[in-house]
Amino acid sequence: MILTFNTLVAVSLGYVAMLFAVAFAADRRARAGRGGWLRSPLIYTLSLSIYCTAWTFYGAVGYAARSGLEYLTIYLGPSLVMVGWWWVVRKLVRIGRAQRITSIADLVSSRFGKSVPIGALVTLIAVAGVTPYIALQLQSISLTFAAFTEGLEGGRADVDFVALWTAIGLAVFTILFGTRNLDPSERHHGIVMAVAVEAVVKLFALLAVGVFVVWGLGGGVGGILDRIDRAPIPMWQGNGGRWVGLTFLSAAAFLTLPRMFHVLVVENDDDRHLAVASWAFPLYVLLMSLFVVPIAVVGLDRLPEGSNPDLFVLALPISEGHGGLALLAFLGGFSSATSMVIVATIALATMVSNHIVAPLWLSTRRPDQVSRDLRGTILLARRASVGGVLSLGYVYFQITGSGVALSSIGLIAFAGVAQILPALLGGVFWRGGTAKGAGAGLAIGATVWAWTLFLPSFGLAVIPATVLENGPYGLDWLRPRALFGLAGLDPLLHAVIWSLLLNATAFTLVSLLTFPKPLERLQGAQFVNVFERAQPGRAWSRSGAEVEDLLVLAQRVLGTEAALDLFGAEAGRQGKSGHLPDPTPAFLQRLERELAGSVGAAAAHALVGQLVQGPGVSVEDLMAVAGETAQILEYSARLEQKSAEQERTARALREANDKLTQLARQKDAFLSRISHELRTPMTAIRSFSSLLAEDGLSPLEAQRFARIVEAEAQRMTRLLDDLLDLSVLRDGQVSLKRQHGLLADVIDRALLSAGVARAGLRVLRDPGQEAVAISTDLDRLAQVFINLASNAAKYCDADRPELRISVHRRGGQVIVDFADNGSGIPVPEREVIFESFARLSGRRSGRPEPSGAGLGLAICREVMARLGGSIAYLPGQGGAAFRVAFPQGLAAAAE
Amino acid sequence: MARAPRRPVFLPPAGYRQRRLRDAARLLPVAGIVLLLIPLLWKPSGTPQGVGNAAALLYVFGVWAALVAGARLLAWLLRLDAEEEGGEGPP
Repeated sequence: MILTFNTLVAVSLGYVAMLFAVAFAADRRARAGRGGWLRSPLIYTLSLSIYCTAWTFYGAVGYAARSGLEYLTIYLGPSLVMVGWWWVVRKLVRIGRAQRITSIADLVSSRFGKSVPIGALVTLIAVAGVTPYIALQLQSISLTFAAFTEGLEGGRADVDFVALWTAIGLAVFTILFGTRNLDPSERHHGIVMAVAVEAVVKLFALLAVGVFVVWGLGGGVGGILDRIDRAPIPMWQGNGGRWVGLTFLSAAAFLTLPRMFHVLVVENDDDRHLAVASWAFPLYVLLMSLFVVPIAVVGLDRLPEGSNPDLFVLALPISEGHGGLALLAFLGGFSSATSMVIVATIALATMVSNHIVAPLWLSTRRPDQVSRDLRGTILLARRASVGGVLSLGYVYFQITGSGVALSSIGLIAFAGVAQILPALLGGVFWRGGTAKGAGAGLAIGATVWAWTLFLPSFGLAVIPATVLENGPYGLDWLRPRALFGLAGLDPLLHAVIWSLLLNATAFTLVSLLTFPKPLERLQGAQFVNVFERAQPGRAWSRSGAEVEDLLVLAQRVLGTEAALDLFGAEAGRQGKSGHLPDPTPAFLQRLERELAGSVGAAAAHALVGQLVQGPGVSVEDLMAVAGETAQILEYSARLEQKSAEQERTARALREANDKLTQLARQKDAFLSRISHELRTPMTAIRSFSSLLAEDGLSPLEAQRFARIVEAEAQRMTRLLDDLLDLSVLRDGQVSLKRQHGLLADVIDRALLSAGVARAGLRVLRDPGQEAVAISTDLDRLAQVFINLASNAAKYCDADRPELRISVHRRGGQVIVDFADNGSGIPVPEREVIFESFARLSGRRSGRPEPSGAGLGLAICREVMARLGGSIAYLPGQGGAAFRVAFPQGLAAAAE
Repeated sequence: MARAPRRPVFLPPAGYRQRRLRDAARLLPVAGIVLLLIPLLWKPSGTPQGVGNAAALLYVFGVWAALVAGARLLAWLLRLDAEEEGGEGPP
């Protein structure tokens, strides 16, 4: 196989295209609800393998060639964490699911009273720590590209050029599959699937190179062990401090790296997957590191003096003339780098948009003015963050160049994110941790890390040699490499020891000395006791919110459909019909949790807090819970459950009773109304016909009277027709004609008949949505649409009346919403508009008394019931709105 | 005030066995840590009485493989148990 520059580019592009296809297909399957196997323990374990980046793929060999066994610490730490999943990981995953956690910043902020500053602090640490790591991946891709193309036909690749285009390509992929929607569960099937595929590719590639080295070049297992024994690199170099320190550091980073937290906790949807991953993930990293030493030893043996050991994985197959294997190795490294960058970018973008952009954006708005496009703003912020994070990585890559060994950049990142560990573990296992303590620990730890490790990594331009030697302003004890006079230590170990020691000390001391806010204590109890069934207390003790305002808010964050579903389900749970439940504390909590899944806990709490008057939880509420013994709690919980049940029944009964009373009143009104409606034309007919019977009328007059008589008779007929129609529909003796047609045509016809154009009503439609082929009784359907449209024309009281017709499909149902921009229908009257002769009174009297008997909506309801569908009032749309839902194809049984 | 105990002090055999399995799951990483601290006792490779390169490598990978096998076994046993008990806590 002859390699050229162009084949290399073509293979890379082909590989990327394959990833796109995999992600796209997985996304589609998941959305069609057929994604069961996408969520198997195997896929979960493989997705965890983004821990193994290009640093593992190339850098481990270089690391082993320099420091022997020490490279294993990076994989032993996470293996111990996964083997010990019963300690920490299991609890994190359970909390993540119970609290709808979206990122590690969200978890820490949520634990410490949904604190905005803490979320922002964790986000900043993560961005500072992970940016170099992303730069590292770009560096490895461009370096290997350059190494590969050296001496190939078609010239040497431009390193910068490759890095730039890689960054752009990754940004496009991430935006396409990572930020397409604002999924409340923050899960990305397409990306997880793509990452799993990449995990297989990189493992296969590294094993292939390893097998080639051991059996092709090294003379089998015995031969290679012999070579290792004689190798110039001592495997155990006696540096026990680094052995222990790095194992601990990698274990800490495994839990706190945003991308690891994302796949480990956020994308997890079953505890049982953890049981599999507890042994399968250590096995995976074991296999990844199995051949590292053989490759390093054979590489040192066979490759020319002075070759970069970071590239042995690629250089060995090339120098031995195995182009295909080299290409496979290149793809393995490429996939290690890309999958890491994609997931890390998504995790960081979620954190930046939820914990920096959203709080800033909310604080610039007045409480009552959460603008309409919250959802769009957050998605936009997320996309911009993806671009921003990748640009930062690229800039870092440009500044530091390619001088630093791969492993040292990775360890700097590890030490940075490890600063989150004290707050994370302290928050999950210790109820005494407070927000002030966590903030102090995070701030001090991050500062020490930046001073002793991060800033010096930029070279002498940032921290001059004199400061390194003598400390800033001659302050000897502040030397970055020898803080408080602790000189002579390995710089990395020195930084890790001081930063984590001071971090944990500050966290503990400040927590002991400060008093937490009620919300912090509540969250603390919920996090620490996540495995106990009874969860004490609620975040909202009062409920002063207007439920319709809450609905409007929820629609802006979750989208109209999801919000209506959520509210409808809650209303059902409370024993109410429709979409508006009572804003009980329990419901507020549930709603806040749903919102938190999209925008993070801190922003969700702020949003709900803006609408709920009065404070959230108070110390008294907590005391009330704490004062009861566990037994009383349990007993009262049972009682509460029972009384809630009774409450629901009572409410349903009360509602039914109210409706009955109202109906009875309406029945009387109906009788008097129908007599009135019939008598008026009857009187006219009688008097005019008696006039006609008199002599001496001019033909002109007679003609006019006759026309009046006819018009009145027609009005009566229409009324009787309607009544007849209604009673036939109610008896169920109606025969439906099943016809095929387009929904758009039915709406066209209805709007024409309703005469909306004459009434000056502007109709907003989306022809794309309406191109739905339906098969049902089209005439009856049109009748319903005519009614709704003419109602809007008659009753909409806006200055510039508008009617918005929107169509969407869900399952086999077609849903048509008619919403006008008038002042809507007041809550008490929404109950009765679908009853016969329910014409609304009061507010609308400014308008001319409409003609019609008030049978329209009653007929609509019966028609829709016959068509197997429904019609309902839709609250929270800014005017009167009705939702018509019916099956796309009428069931044969209904004909 | 004293908290009333919510769970019985002694359990039937099935529950007892599951508790001990969880103990084992918690202890496995501790055993791993202890075994991985053994290298601290070694003399550096290449020195007289130093540990051999291949031996050091084989030891660490051996411990690692044993941890994988132990975790595999425990995960299997714990999952069997969870199915019998219908899991722990609300889903």
